[in-house]
Amino acid sequence: MMKCYFYHIFVSVTLARAHTNEQLNFMTKQKNVLPGFNLTLGYTLLYLSLIVLIPLSAAFIKTTELSFNEFWTIVTAPRVLASYKLTFGASFIGALINAIFGLLTAWVLVRYSFPGKKIIDALVDLPFALPTAVAGIALTAVYASNGWIGSWLEPHGIKVAFTPIGVVIALTFIGLPFVVRTVQPVLEDLEAETEEAAASLGANRWQTFTKVILPTLWPALLTGFALAFARAIGEYGSVIFIAGNVPFVSEITPLIIITKLEQYEYSSATAVAVVMLIISFLLLFAINGLQWWATRRNSVSH
Amino acid sequence: MSNTITSQYTSYHTKVTRSRATSEPTWIRWSLIAVTLLFLSFFLFVPLVAVFTEALRKGFDTYITALVDPDAFSAIKLTLIAAAIAVPLNLVFGVAAAWAIAKFEFKGKSILITLIDLPFAVSPVIAGLIYVLIFGLQGWFGSYLSDHDIKVIFAIPGIVLATVFVTFPFVARELIPLMQAQGKDEEEAGLVLGASGWQILWRITLPNIKWGLLYGVILTNARAMGEFGAVSVVSGHIRGMTNTMPLHVEILYNEYNYAAAFAVASLLALLALVTLVLKSFVEWQVARNASNKEENN
Repeated sequence: MMKCYFYHIFVSVTLARAHTNEQLNFMTKQKNVLPGFNLTLGYTLLYLSLIVLIPLSAAFIKTTELSFNEFWTIVTAPRVLASYKLTFGASFIGALINAIFGLLTAWVLVRYSFPGKKIIDALVDLPFALPTAVAGIALTAVYASNGWIGSWLEPHGIKVAFTPIGVVIALTFIGLPFVVRTVQPVLEDLEAETEEAAASLGANRWQTFTKVILPTLWPALLTGFALAFARAIGEYGSVIFIAGNVPFVSEITPLIIITKLEQYEYSSATAVAVVMLIISFLLLFAINGLQWWATRRNSVSH
Repeated sequence: MSNTITSQYTSYHTKVTRSRATSEPTWIRWSLIAVTLLFLSFFLFVPLVAVFTEALRKGFDTYITALVDPDAFSAIKLTLIAAAIAVPLNLVFGVAAAWAIAKFEFKGKSILITLIDLPFAVSPVIAGLIYVLIFGLQGWFGSYLSDHDIKVIFAIPGIVLATVFVTFPFVARELIPLMQAQGKDEEEAGLVLGASGWQILWRITLPNIKWGLLYGVILTNARAMGEFGAVSVVSGHIRGMTNTMPLHVEILYNEYNYAAAFAVASLLALLALVTLVLKSFVEWQVARNASNKEENN
């Protein structure tokens, strides 16, 4: 009852504020006097077209040299199909590992204090900052059968380097910061009151977590998952060192494109690239939709 | 009894406001911390340490020899050149795009923001490929360029273009939300007081966004110096000519010259660590400024 009352006040205040904002916006829109609109927007569009849009369209134009049947034969060749399966499968598993452990990492970093926490918090971004080739050879050195972790896993029958498991390891590494960094701020903003309310209504910690906290985190978690997945699909540098690159077994799709390029098969390299581009664009739109959903949910629940 | 202790505790330590009902038992807390640290060790700490131990495995002399090698030196030079061109280009673009998007209303704004994000979603390999399709020998301008003896692909311009592409959104993505949040009141006040557009930019907007700008530049620079996939496609791997540091690492590694490969890699890992330190510093500054502002209000 109490909560409803406050909620009501809060909503009316926010609505009032939104209303005045709208009025202000309306007033300023009438006479936006700041200079530079044509210059900056013009430059933005020109630069965007020259660097991104026109070059990307080159890929689509190049595929028109192929008939649809030729295109289809190239992009559904058994070796290419096997590479999709590995790329998407390993990316999915990597993103899933990151969703679980990223949530755990964000939780531990926000809720608990322990020595060295600040350094660990900063190091979470290492996969963003470390060049992928360096990550690739470092992971290979560690997970090879004579490496620190590899030599310890091998007696248990687990071979990581030069197998599909190695691909999963590399893709988990490069996607690691995404879930942590999307979940962390939401967890920080979470009000203690809702958890106290759940506890006072008799919920235990696990129930509070699954029924109160997790639903709030869901959009952020899903966004982080999608970002990690999208990043993993296109990844090349960190994977090729640890994967072994055996056709049909541990060959990722970006490597197929490179191999075709090195054999000067430009149209068929581009055909595979276009398939990946379309999937990436769809993912980008899905991520934008997720972020829109997340902000809308947050603004409603506040 | 225990209740009074907890309430006393919370009153003394205002930061720890969680009561027992909304926190976990100590043993769960420490096991969760332990699992997290184990996970991060497997994926972050151990590989990072491995870069440096592998680099120094054959002794310090071998390490230095690998770094003063002329091919390594030219790779370092090319990496710096590519970053020195890509970072300012994307910096100017980022400020221009954020100015247009944050200060003005226009149709198709959200589409424009999505398009700026596009390079994030494109595989680095494809980023290299599209420039080969345009500037390569078989590409749109291929015959024109070869007639005029201009090399873009398998040369420095191609490497710079690929680097610009993969770092395209970083500054813009940092500045757009920041400038949207700051609004345009201060700029309009400057205009009323008679400042010109450039004066507003230099004296009002840039000082306001300097930390966000620096943050974007740090991220752009790290990615520019570390890019591998896109640069690999357009470089042609000509030793001492078109090799950047990451490509040099790959060549040494594929020649089984592991100590040298890791020596060059350790420089890049150091760069990554410096990036993280600078990034934390900027975040700390921003948090400090925000809390100062709150106190002043």
